[in-house]
Amino acid sequence: MTAAAVPAARRGGATGGRAGLADAVGSEWIKFWSVRSTGWTLAVTLVAMLGIGALATATGRDFVEDPTRRSLIGFFLAQLTLGVLGVLCMSAEYGTGSIRSTLAAMPRRPVVLAAKILVLGAVVLVVSEVLSFAAFFMGQALLSGTGRNNAALGDAGVARAVVGTGIYLAVLALLALGLATVLRHTAGAIAAYAGVVLVLPIIVSALPASLDDAITRYLPANIGITVVTTTTTEGHLLGGAPMFNPWAGLALLGAYTVAVLLLGCWALVRRDA
Amino acid sequence: MIEARGLTKRFGDVVAVDGLSFDVRPGRVTGFLGPNGSGKSTTMRMIMGLDLADAGTVTVGGRRYHDLAWPLREVGGLLEAKAIHPGRTARAHLRGLARANAIPRRRVDEVIELVGLTAVAGKRAGKFSLGMSQRLGIAAALLGDPPVLLFDEPVNGLDPEGIRWVRTLCKHLAGEGRTVFISSHLMAEMSLTADHLVVIGKGRLIAEMPVQEFVARSSRQSVTVRARTPEELAGALRGAGAEVLAQPDGSMAVTGASAVDIGELAATMGIALHELTPVASLEDAFMELTDTAVEFRGAAS
Repeated sequence: MTAAAVPAARRGGATGGRAGLADAVGSEWIKFWSVRSTGWTLAVTLVAMLGIGALATATGRDFVEDPTRRSLIGFFLAQLTLGVLGVLCMSAEYGTGSIRSTLAAMPRRPVVLAAKILVLGAVVLVVSEVLSFAAFFMGQALLSGTGRNNAALGDAGVARAVVGTGIYLAVLALLALGLATVLRHTAGAIAAYAGVVLVLPIIVSALPASLDDAITRYLPANIGITVVTTTTTEGHLLGGAPMFNPWAGLALLGAYTVAVLLLGCWALVRRDA
Repeated sequence: MIEARGLTKRFGDVVAVDGLSFDVRPGRVTGFLGPNGSGKSTTMRMIMGLDLADAGTVTVGGRRYHDLAWPLREVGGLLEAKAIHPGRTARAHLRGLARANAIPRRRVDEVIELVGLTAVAGKRAGKFSLGMSQRLGIAAALLGDPPVLLFDEPVNGLDPEGIRWVRTLCKHLAGEGRTVFISSHLMAEMSLTADHLVVIGKGRLIAEMPVQEFVARSSRQSVTVRARTPEELAGALRGAGAEVLAQPDGSMAVTGASAVDIGELAATMGIALHELTPVASLEDAFMELTDTAVEFRGAAS
């Protein structure tokens, strides 16, 4: 009279054990690549990094004070498109109701979030590193082609800036994922993300100089600027406010992201799906 | 086997599910009946661990959903609300779910075939009609070939052929020894599909019994009668203590007398009967029970 009435052999699949992180990652991988928004956001990211990088290096006059940064300047738009990708990775589940299918298949909710972090983080890290290097080499070729000041990967701070830009973008995408896990709505999460990354620096720069100097280095976007700039090793930027050195800044950004993801995990476990 | 014990869920001040206890046994179709807003979907969602109970427990095969090793191979759920990304194809949706529970990929095509979606498996689910979406939801529920199935309002949006298909499927699944639990607010559908009933109103258990018994308990059982000389028969029936209501279509709804009584009476009077149909109305039984429950609460408060 029990479940045994259904022949176990007919159910197929692995026996023993239990659904775990590897299964969840496999599932998220299929889900990640089977929606159009993934392709779109990655395509726009590619256009942002290479298109804007090409514009910034092919044209222009005179001496280029930081050729590495100029070639990577597309990161400014890429942080937005990859943020949208990170948000959608979670918010689309709530917007469409597919979260119910996802959690039915994996009721241990932190495992679902961990799988999303691994899939999104790995894809965005690979994509943004590839694009960062591509934008750098393309930009330097364009600069040298017109006989202007250009950089080589071996120059001081250059490799750090190129590698760091890829890491910066990947961490931001995870921050966006965390915000979406907390907020659950696409529009709200994108607004919050854009607010933190794009609007906050403008507001802070409008504050009195003493406050601005005290706060500005903590902002994600300013950490990003220190990362793409080769000359911030001394911890100052643009001759203005003190900044963290790029690696310390990335570590701080990573800490923000971990905090937001933990808050998101708590909310995910606590709330009804 | 699903066992709910004192299951309670509040949304703010509203108690959606109120100390609900019931068992759903394998080998038969158990209908989960209640008016809209009575807490059926919330209960279904608590069984699947999507909504967290404020009090009480519910287990499937003795374990909480959260603790199932391979959830999709143990419980197949079709939820009332949409649970599919409209941008994903039917096949990709099912492949993602299959991968999450290590279900072989060939099973995806099997269930697509089983629900009749082979021709549209590569189409985005957002383009699907309500009926096709329901079929995809049922395919997802069947994916892991689970011994327990939960279908929340499965016939919603289906055409008559689809409704018959779901009915046959449910009976077939129960016949294989599985536990089949289907919710509906449609009494007529339940009377055709279910063997056993769990009836709730305002989040509370009203009845848990076989469908036949539930219907038989109704004091409003009536018999539809057509006769060549209806007035004459109606007079005799009233004389015998029965209640007779003339229907617009020319038939009579008789309560307080069985079909046997009416037939015998007509025979002794030499009246030709054109119809004699006992109407076992689940709807009447249901309305009567929920009315009582509501009145009882009204008087108690």
